[in-house]
Amino acid sequence: MTTLSSNGDGPIQLKAKDFATDQDVRWCPGCGDYSILKQVQSVFADLGKNRDNVVFVSGIGCSSRFPYYMETYGMHSIHGRAPAIAAGLKMANPGLDIWVITGDGDGLSIGGNHLLHAIRRNFNLKILLFNNQIYGLTKGQYSPTSEIHKKTVTTPMGSIDHPLNPLMFALGANSTFIGRTMDRDPKHLQEMIRRCDAHQGTTFLEIYQNCNIFNDGAFFTFTEKESKPEHTIILTHGQPLVFGHNQNMGIRLDGWKPVIVDLEKDGFSKDDLWIHDETDQVKAFILTKMFDDPSGENALPRPFGIFFQSARSCYEALLFEQIDEAKKAKPGFDLDKLIAGSQTWEIA
Amino acid sequence: MNMELQEKKAVIIKFAGDSGDGMQLTGGLFTSDTALSGSDLATFPDFPAEIRAPVGTLAGVSGFQLHFGSTEIFTPGDNFDVLVAMNAAALKVNIDYVNKGGTIIINEDGFDDKNLRLAKYPEGANPLDNGILSGFEIIKIPVTKLTREALKDVVLSTKEKDRCKNMFVLGFLLWRYNRNLDSTLSYLHAKFKKLPDIMAANEITLRTGYHFGETAEEFTSRFTVRPAPLEKGTYRSVMGNEAIVLGLITASQKSGLPLFYGSYPITPASNILQGLANHKHFGVKTFQAEDEIAAIGSAIGAAYGGNLAVTGTSGPGMALKGEAMGLALMLELPLVIINVQRGGPSTGLPTKTEQADLLQALYGRNGESPVPVIATKTPADCYETTIEACRIAVQHMTPVILLSDGYIANGAEPWKFPKAADIPEIKVGFASKKDSEEVFLPYKRDENLVREWAIPGAAGLTHRIGGLEKQADTGNVSYDPANHEYMVKIREAKVEKIADFIPPQQIESGAEKGKVLILGWGSTFGVCASVARRMLDEGCSVSHAHLRYLKPFPKNLGVLLSNFEKVIIPEINNGQLSKVIRDKFLTPAISYNKIMGMPIAHQELYDFVKSIY
Repeated sequence: MTTLSSNGDGPIQLKAKDFATDQDVRWCPGCGDYSILKQVQSVFADLGKNRDNVVFVSGIGCSSRFPYYMETYGMHSIHGRAPAIAAGLKMANPGLDIWVITGDGDGLSIGGNHLLHAIRRNFNLKILLFNNQIYGLTKGQYSPTSEIHKKTVTTPMGSIDHPLNPLMFALGANSTFIGRTMDRDPKHLQEMIRRCDAHQGTTFLEIYQNCNIFNDGAFFTFTEKESKPEHTIILTHGQPLVFGHNQNMGIRLDGWKPVIVDLEKDGFSKDDLWIHDETDQVKAFILTKMFDDPSGENALPRPFGIFFQSARSCYEALLFEQIDEAKKAKPGFDLDKLIAGSQTWEIA
Repeated sequence: MNMELQEKKAVIIKFAGDSGDGMQLTGGLFTSDTALSGSDLATFPDFPAEIRAPVGTLAGVSGFQLHFGSTEIFTPGDNFDVLVAMNAAALKVNIDYVNKGGTIIINEDGFDDKNLRLAKYPEGANPLDNGILSGFEIIKIPVTKLTREALKDVVLSTKEKDRCKNMFVLGFLLWRYNRNLDSTLSYLHAKFKKLPDIMAANEITLRTGYHFGETAEEFTSRFTVRPAPLEKGTYRSVMGNEAIVLGLITASQKSGLPLFYGSYPITPASNILQGLANHKHFGVKTFQAEDEIAAIGSAIGAAYGGNLAVTGTSGPGMALKGEAMGLALMLELPLVIINVQRGGPSTGLPTKTEQADLLQALYGRNGESPVPVIATKTPADCYETTIEACRIAVQHMTPVILLSDGYIANGAEPWKFPKAADIPEIKVGFASKKDSEEVFLPYKRDENLVREWAIPGAAGLTHRIGGLEKQADTGNVSYDPANHEYMVKIREAKVEKIADFIPPQQIESGAEKGKVLILGWGSTFGVCASVARRMLDEGCSVSHAHLRYLKPFPKNLGVLLSNFEKVIIPEINNGQLSKVIRDKFLTPAISYNKIMGMPIAHQELYDFVKSIY
């Protein structure tokens, strides 16, 4: 796709760097956010997006600095409120391509309410939640996704706070699109961004993102090549759930219970495995429950990919339908009629 | 029978009953008919916060006060000439406010043992026969019994029949004040179009009440009130929140900006959201958000997208919106924030009126955060003031707070409404790419210190805004100390500059110079105006000025204040405008405060002004 240049000299193809601003990127060196920024910029270039039509809205936190680095429209708003602001913007102009950037603290703690309702209403918004399981910008306090017993500056004896499962939360809010990816797998991350872009409705993409200062290695089990094959499972629609160094392991459903099977030893073939179906909400719930502590015995691998997607009308589309319907029902109802109301009288 | 027609100059009626008795509807319908008769009027609905407080109790009494007359009416009046008491509790709560020699219309059936007990009358002390009603004209009617009797052939439950009894009272009063049933019947026909049984029952009861007046031999007089000498023209009756709805839609049409209203239900602001939701044919977008913060958040998003963005609430909601208001003023986006004030702090008195959010509006945000504040003074004035709030917001690229209150919101008055064509356009423009500009500067200001409104989707204007301090012109994040001070000052100067675009402060009545100035704002308008007129008639040197613009003040206000020996500021709070006036002008303002969740009464303010005159 192409876009018109603003000075009228014909179509130009934007490159990833055309989506970068002149501002210095101020995340800590080594932060996972760099990768996410880079993948977004390159996917946007590939998709031929028109910068004038794109808006990034964010809240507060490290991830929420994102809009400053995208040469599009952008608003760095207040803590937790980005989904509400983005919803208003969408209702003002449904033609805009709006992306919400949030984090585990911003989106799931202070802004949990807005996230819940944006997802439920299914505005056509793309929500990227950078989950690093820590408060980075305020220097290392535990977050709602931090693991239990975690020692931080505010939990010196270990956290007693039960961690939130973001995808289960989103699915519980009746999300029409949930997925998970990671900063350290650029190809998968890019693919997930494309999938978000293609969906009509609120997409909720959780991105495991490493905070190398306050929570370094929180996801290494899932992201590093030594442990990744044993502990992650990449979901592909219509394909069996296989994982392992040689794709030799699989997940079979025993009733509603996912069970790990060894394809080489347990006498099962790929045909016996759970075949991923993105449209199955019940199975998507089971996938979100595959949330074991990877260090535990018989821990199920953590799924990545699109867990679920379905089609449902977007709030803003329904809103404009009602407006059109109301206009048709009252043709010629002008301002004078409105102001006069139903009963008037004359003073002569 | 020979019926005498007595002429009255003005009448104050209080309709009082259980909160399930339909007193608000009865009062409202009688008010509509009164308006059509050409009287000037003012109303004061007064009801409990509970939707259905325990039946028959003192806490459950709901009231509707109407003052109408053949002269200009400014307030709903202090004490009443006529009290309608549907039960014992309604009588007990209101009897002390009935004028000596006044009339009390009593539903006898609301005074059985149970009602008397719930109204906490001592055992054996029935007010109907223990003498406390001597000195009043008492009209006892077995309203419940007569209503059931009238509806004996109608197939409805007794409960449904009893619900019609307010129509009996309404019919009786319409007879008593020499009206006909036309306007009330046309209302009932429209309201119960789909419920013919209910419609028929209400109509029968209404007519029965009317005929009761005619045929019961005890009544020898009917009363009439001549039309008031109102300015020539076409009128309608309007309530405050209704006028805000009309004002917002007008501002949308006159600015060419689609209206977006993000709100969360809260008393007494909810019916703005409800009203606007019924006007989608004007392209109005209403959004019932998940909370107060999302309500203003969505409005900020809509403002960014180029809509006429508005959020409305009451005090507790204002507290929740504080941070987002700060964002709106940092972003320098147009946004109207309506606060229909109620008694505070905290949940306070949800259904009672107060003016105690002025300081919150002026100062209730972190940091140096100037926001223009304007206040409406009467139900009809809400229309123009709302349009003005929208104009300031879009022309000066700023959030604007519009203050109303519960008394204005629920009060009604006749309104000589304007023609749409006579309302000026609101000029507004969006930024567009200029060839001369290499880079778009989102925070470049014009001669009025106003930045351009650059909306997403506009070609070649991509830029980022946010709540972090901005560098002048570029809008880039800046932590530079000198820049911060510069930006703080320029945001303040921008708001103060609005004073160049508002009219100078007028005197409502009295001379430009003199002994006492009554300086009011908001819903005290009626009482201030009526006290000033009364004292002027008595030859006192009293003037009245009423502020619409509270930030910035009109430029001539300081001089105006200095022209009076004494400045009295009556407020339904603990002295908030007084503080601001003393701070800004060093005027030794004298406060008159009433903080009872009620409007200031005419007589009490008159007595106070007299006492220091």
